[in-house]
Amino acid sequence: MIYNLPFIIVVAMIFIGLFAVIFKRNLVKIVIGISIIESGVNLFLITLGYREGGVVPIFTSAPPEVAENAPGSMVLPVPQALTLTSIVIGVAVLALMLSLIMHIYRHYGTLDVRKIRRLKE
Amino acid sequence: MNWFEIITMHSPALIVAVPLLTGFLTPLVSRINSTVRNLFVIIMLSITGFLIALLGYDVLTNGIRTYVFGGGNTVVTLPSGLMFHVRIIFEVDVMNVFMIFITIILAIIGIVYSFSFMKKEDGLDKYYTIVLLLITSTLGMELTGDLFNFFVFLEISCITSCALIAFWVHKGEALEAAFKYIVVSSIGALFFLFALGLLYAQYNALNMATIANSIQFSIIDQAALILIIAALAMKAGLVPMHMWLPDSYGEAPPSITFILIAATQASLYGAFRVLFTLYGNVFNSVNLASLSLVLTTNTMGWIIITLAIITILVGVFMALIQTDFKRLIAFAAVAEIGYIFLGIGVRLASKYVQYTGGSATGIAFTEYSSIALNGSIFHIINDCLDIGLLFLVAGAIYYATKETSLDKMGGLARNLKYTTIFFVIGLLAVSGMPPFNGFASKLMLYESTFQLNPIIAIIAVLASIMLLAVFVKVFYSVFMGPEQPKFKEVKEVPKTMLIAMGAIVVIIIIFGLFPNLVINNLVAPAANALTNYTTYISKVIPGVI
Repeated sequence: MIYNLPFIIVVAMIFIGLFAVIFKRNLVKIVIGISIIESGVNLFLITLGYREGGVVPIFTSAPPEVAENAPGSMVLPVPQALTLTSIVIGVAVLALMLSLIMHIYRHYGTLDVRKIRRLKE
Repeated sequence: MNWFEIITMHSPALIVAVPLLTGFLTPLVSRINSTVRNLFVIIMLSITGFLIALLGYDVLTNGIRTYVFGGGNTVVTLPSGLMFHVRIIFEVDVMNVFMIFITIILAIIGIVYSFSFMKKEDGLDKYYTIVLLLITSTLGMELTGDLFNFFVFLEISCITSCALIAFWVHKGEALEAAFKYIVVSSIGALFFLFALGLLYAQYNALNMATIANSIQFSIIDQAALILIIAALAMKAGLVPMHMWLPDSYGEAPPSITFILIAATQASLYGAFRVLFTLYGNVFNSVNLASLSLVLTTNTMGWIIITLAIITILVGVFMALIQTDFKRLIAFAAVAEIGYIFLGIGVRLASKYVQYTGGSATGIAFTEYSSIALNGSIFHIINDCLDIGLLFLVAGAIYYATKETSLDKMGGLARNLKYTTIFFVIGLLAVSGMPPFNGFASKLMLYESTFQLNPIIAIIAVLASIMLLAVFVKVFYSVFMGPEQPKFKEVKEVPKTMLIAMGAIVVIIIIFGLFPNLVINNLVAPAANALTNYTTYISKVIPGVI
């Protein structure tokens, strides 16, 4: 059970984020919702990288006996690399969304999605 | 090894690198003046086009080409003997060549069109930078053989498209459309990343060939499949995730819309690749032993067919009631996406009939399923050209009259002669009338669909006729009718815009008159490459099958 806890938190975060995106009316809250989903997905990737008894794959700070005798016990750093890339992309998307919100506020004078509806179906 | 072979060898990487570097050099070059900048952009894109031609020729003659970044193959071997497929790989088969070919055609024509269309705007150095980044990301999505790499290019395409949709930042509607787009597509991309994590957790690999080799179709794989297809269908504009598409297509500058179509098709390509290569051993179900896989194929096929039919109907009916020219074309674009998905669905469902329908029916449906896939792939390029041409015409009319509302236009055929001719060709092509390319691919789709289920084929034909009706109405209200005094001074649009539109018209007519040329040389090999997933795998992991 305790090993499944991170996965439960991941799913909970994704659903909380989706809830915010779908039901909140404030644009900033929608963006916060997307950020929460993103954190959930990143947490998922990080959790995948965990191996019981593994060593952090940093050669200079590894315990000497690991670095010399058993380099195989270091975990493969692919999920960590994926997470870093994903965080960087997330920052770019977040910045773009917030700058769009600034412009939208200048045009419409509000952040309420119910009032920002010039484009109709 | 001479320089020619070296360039061919490195062309997959160069095709992505050249537009990327050009994009970041453009602000520097535009310090000199705008003519030099335009020349620089078009020359660099032509070089990319040349590289694509080289790569395409090589792939068509010698088969799949792979390009591994930072090593000879994808495997990294640890001292303890463990092997991991970790290196990033570009894997190019005929399907990829087909897609990058479409992209570069649309990119070059879109850029040529921009020269006159965007002339009077500010911030053009940034405009070209972002357009080139969008082209880079589209080409990257279509070349890569690595799922995470695909995700990165997907996000780049999402960011750049959003920035370009909001290019007319003085209009509130453009901002609204851009925000809608980025919310939808970033959530889609995050779910794609989640699905990728699920696959990585099971197979310890990220490149498509390795995953395709060991895919089990367990419950987790099924969840990953649904997440990936939903995310990509969202980016492609399948109903019920189509609501961003008319907004963004309608509000972006038309030259951008034209290149956005290529970016949308890249997501569609992703869906093709995932269904037929990544999950190849499920959806090409070779072994009859596992009937559950065959059943899965049928279910998946009918889900996609249902969504596709709804997409076609929604697109056509919403197009009927629009009063804005570009929004109307955008809904027609939704309908066209529906046709492409219809082809995919029919392919999957016919596979089911092929394995369960007895020997005679089975053999017949082997052919129909391949016709459906060919039609669907052929329709990708036709959709790009036809819808793209209509958007360029709408842009030309906006350029000449500063009007987008259909109610306020009329009698423009007097002033805009060439544009009128281009529009007529576009409307006939998009609604599948005989001498043009839309007819060739739609006929293939109708033919295979009719064998599977006549009612669906009839709906598809009727929707196509409705599309013709919609555009004939537009034709009358925009180009025909009495001369309006306020449009007396309207002049024909500049030459570069006419050249851009004329180039597409020439391609449309060639494809319409000689469809077999395209189908035999590009489309059918592309479909073969897509479904022969074992060849795709064995290029990366030698010794498989």
